[in-house]
Amino acid sequence: MTVVSSKPRDAVGQDGDVAVDVRRLTKKFAGRTAVDDVSFQVRPGEVFGFLGPNGAGKTTTVRMLSTLITATSGAAMVAGIPVTPGREAEIRRRVAVLPESPGLYRRLTVTENLEYFARLYGLPDRPARITAALAAVRLADRATTPCGQLSKGLRQRVALARTLLNDPAVMFLDEPTSGLDPVAAHEVLGLIGALRERGVTVFLTTHRLDEAERLCDRVAIMSTRLRTIGRPDELRRTLFRRTLAVATAAPLDRPDQVFGGLPGVESWQADVATGDGAGPAGYQLAVSDPVQDAPAVIRALVTAGADVVSAGEPRASLGDVYLELVGAGPEGQAPEDRS
Amino acid sequence: MTAVGLGFDVPRTAAVVRKELADFRRSRFIVATMGIFPLIFLTVPTVTILARRVSATSPALTKELGISLLYLLLIPVVIPSVTAAYAVAGEREQGTLEPVLTTPVRREELLIGKALAIFLPAAGVAYVVFGIFLGVVRLAASPAVASTVFAAPEVPAEAVFIPLLAAWSIWVGLALSARVGDIRAAQQLSIVSSLPPLALAGLMSFNVIHPTFGFIALVAGGLLVIDGGAYLLVSRLFDRERLITGVGREGT
Ligand SMILES: Nc1ncnc2c1ncn2[C@@H]1O[C@H](COP(=O)(O)OP(=O)(O)OP(=O)(O)O)[C@@H](O)[C@H]1O
Ligand SMILES: [Mg+2]
Repeated sequence: MTVVSSKPRDAVGQDGDVAVDVRRLTKKFAGRTAVDDVSFQVRPGEVFGFLGPNGAGKTTTVRMLSTLITATSGAAMVAGIPVTPGREAEIRRRVAVLPESPGLYRRLTVTENLEYFARLYGLPDRPARITAALAAVRLADRATTPCGQLSKGLRQRVALARTLLNDPAVMFLDEPTSGLDPVAAHEVLGLIGALRERGVTVFLTTHRLDEAERLCDRVAIMSTRLRTIGRPDELRRTLFRRTLAVATAAPLDRPDQVFGGLPGVESWQADVATGDGAGPAGYQLAVSDPVQDAPAVIRALVTAGADVVSAGEPRASLGDVYLELVGAGPEGQAPEDRS
Repeated sequence: MTAVGLGFDVPRTAAVVRKELADFRRSRFIVATMGIFPLIFLTVPTVTILARRVSATSPALTKELGISLLYLLLIPVVIPSVTAAYAVAGEREQGTLEPVLTTPVRREELLIGKALAIFLPAAGVAYVVFGIFLGVVRLAASPAVASTVFAAPEVPAEAVFIPLLAAWSIWVGLALSARVGDIRAAQQLSIVSSLPPLALAGLMSFNVIHPTFGFIALVAGGLLVIDGGAYLLVSRLFDRERLITGVGREGT
């Protein structure tokens, strides 16, 4: 497993320094392990991305941390309060959850929905809070619309307004943009970005790697177990520092002969687009050290008569990191860990 | 956390009641249930009693009265079954159950709030319909029939059984609603399961058991105990984890 921690483990854990502290958290459902031995820390004010394929255990983790279900083993602290029997109500008051579906009463208006939740939280100054929450998601003009008449994107914004009502210390957002069109998704992401200014800790679950990369200070990638954790750029560097990408003007006749004989090259792979015999071609080489091995690779290519267009370390996106780590998902074979 | 907490927050429970009532009022299905069932269950007994003329011999009349009142008792049984079955399954279907359970609301508050929101209109409708029936008997039935009806122990029994049967239906409906994923299935099961206590009333109607005031008090006491027990059981089903994971997650 690759664990990239931007801060040494021991440094976190003192009071006030962690918003969410998860230690060896495990959840089993009738013999099936949904979350296995997961540990991580989220700092106050951080936007923390929690990535993983379907069935990775993201929602299960959110539910454990928001006291909806109890962990099979392990421990957690949320907003400085241990997640233990008897302390749940305290945690519930200090967190807010946006579940996978917005969960609004279709027959009630936007305000009635928010009013109900404000009362469940036992909040004072309800009208002022509701007005402020609606203003924050720019929905003041829809206050009296029944939620059933709103588009999915607007419903998600109402749900987001609901999570603002109790001024939470930690917000859990479970796939807030799933099912939204790009414009609606952009809106919602903008609103989440604005939460940063409020100083609230955001625990964001998503499939969308681009949005995690854009929005999150750190991301954890999980697939039942925690695969890696770190800053998006760090993850990219750690995982791809041993790859050399070369591009040639035309596909090589016998790439095996060219790359096979080089001592630094452990293996190679043609880019998917390559192989129809025409146009430029790309190759990914697994090397011991891209900088040291590049000259030999280029020499070999030139010797073989190829026109080298470029050679260098690939700009891996977080998406590549993700695919690399979780492969076919928790049920499928995970590719070998590389570290 | 205790299974049955005593101190619960009244404003929060009231918020649940208020929200449920607003939601019911705007559900065409529930409004129709509240309107159509009472109408059917009122028409049949009223017509039966009005059709009976002076020739009434007392035993035959008592039997007819019993059956009429049995019809009226279907109101506090059927209406709560339908609405209670919707109470949790409907929230699950709209995805509102999960956000509600992430708030500090206690399960007793949620349970009592939902139960009250079902009980108040159902018992209200049942008493109004019962009142209309008695009013019609007094005004329109022959005096002999009317005086027999008002002297029968079944009449006060009806008044006592309405809330007790409604409570039973509510707990059964809420239990099924919490455990059965599909709303329609929960409603059908709920109606069927809420009928058994009616059997007792049925036995009285057909004069298998001769109802005396003492016997009626005994039955009422029994129902009260059963209702209390049912509340305790349902309150255990309202555990957050059970509500969230209880229904059909396997395979998704
Ligand atoms: N109530 C439950 N009973 C049994 N198994 C469950 C239950 N809830 C979740 N699981 C299983 O646990 C695993 C993790 O599920 P979870 O919903 O946490 O994944 P996820 O990462 O949120 O997936 P998705 O991206 O699809 O939302 C899955 O294999 C799922 O089938
Ligand atoms: Mg999920």
